[in-house]
Amino acid sequence: MFHWIQKRFLAPKAFYRSSGYFLPWISLLFILCFSYGLISGLFIAPADYQQGDGFRIMYVHVPSAFTSMAIYLVMASCAVVTLVWRVKIAAICMSCSAPIGAWFTFLALITGSIWGKPMWGTWWIWDARLTSVLILLFLYLGFIALQSVMADQQTRDRTGAVIAIVGVINLPIIHYSVIWWNTLHQGPSISQFAKPAIATPMLNPLLAMIAAFILFYVVILFLRVRNQILLRKML
Amino acid sequence: MFKSFLTIIQHEIRVTMRQAFSWITPLLFFVIVVSLFPLAIGPDETLLRKIAPGIIWVAALLAILISIGNLFRTDAEEGYLDLLLLSPHSLTLLVCSKIFSYWFTHCLPLILVSPLLGLLLNLTSHEELTLIITLLLGTPVLCLLGAVGAGLVVGIRGHGLLLPVLIMPLYVPILIFGTGAMMAASLHQPLNGYFAIMGAFLLVSLAFAPLLTGVALRIGVNQ
Repeated sequence: MFHWIQKRFLAPKAFYRSSGYFLPWISLLFILCFSYGLISGLFIAPADYQQGDGFRIMYVHVPSAFTSMAIYLVMASCAVVTLVWRVKIAAICMSCSAPIGAWFTFLALITGSIWGKPMWGTWWIWDARLTSVLILLFLYLGFIALQSVMADQQTRDRTGAVIAIVGVINLPIIHYSVIWWNTLHQGPSISQFAKPAIATPMLNPLLAMIAAFILFYVVILFLRVRNQILLRKML
Repeated sequence: MFKSFLTIIQHEIRVTMRQAFSWITPLLFFVIVVSLFPLAIGPDETLLRKIAPGIIWVAALLAILISIGNLFRTDAEEGYLDLLLLSPHSLTLLVCSKIFSYWFTHCLPLILVSPLLGLLLNLTSHEELTLIITLLLGTPVLCLLGAVGAGLVVGIRGHGLLLPVLIMPLYVPILIFGTGAMMAASLHQPLNGYFAIMGAFLLVSLAFAPLLTGVALRIGVNQ
């Protein structure tokens, strides 16, 4: 079973072919989600009764924060696969994810600051959630720094995998920071089990934007991985 | 198996004691960094007492961060590390004993000196006690996480500031809880929660860090 999966999907050649096949469809889906989310989020959803139109930055802020954490989770899973099964494509996915994740984290911090200035009255506050997201950015940058000094490809992949696994401890801290510490940053509005604390006309565009950001990540990841496969002459 | 664990600890401690500067230098660094703050900020007693936990914790963190990069370096240069990797005993256990002896020779002196520094920064006896307990719980975590980083950079020549950049983000949670406990102690709030979560950090890192250090060392040496 595992061997079949490996041969069919995970071998660089097979991945190159199948990703080429899926890319246009994923891009199309991304464009659909993104345009629906953007249009209905920015123009159709009703204004917030407290924040007015200012809340609309949520449609960029929440998806980028969500995606930045999801990307780290993908990286850590790829790291485990790299260390345990030594699947080459997982190592490539891991190192290609890092810059994308770093940019999303940066975007989440910047949009958060812009949102914070009118609503909280300050660009930055040393609150648990903000600090832990900043640490996430440092983790991404440390990973990229480590990768950039290694000469040998295999060593580079495997050392990166170790540090990615160690850093995963930060993810639950980010997620629960707003619950454990009562801070300025609000608690989560969307939960898997409870009824969301946000009105449906506001929620739907948000979910669409989250899907769009994830799809965007997948598109960029596939493009970068295909590039790496060509660069490493694995085809 | 346990015998090899003890043998390595004995050997490591003896080697470190013979080259006294290797454990005295971090201690001096720690004391000097702490004493720089009153000079830079000014001798305002209430302000110093307020920021003392942060100063002591950051100084201890930096002392460990700077010295732990060399945890495996001389071993790798002299070929001792290759012998450890070849030995039939579990590499995780051998790494554990190295980390323990590092903690014993490098961190324990810091912890022993810290009450004295706390006295200079006007801490009360209750805060002093909390400081010692948080350092006893926190410094092993710093050593364990630092060892993973030291294992990763063992094959890189002139890694310089790479290790601090790599490991510093991982140190932040333990720093937050360590100083948080001190803040709570100064307000006479209950401390059990802080100690429990620091103990949890210690157990989790004890379970995973030696294993990952072993993996990192194998990668680094094969380079």
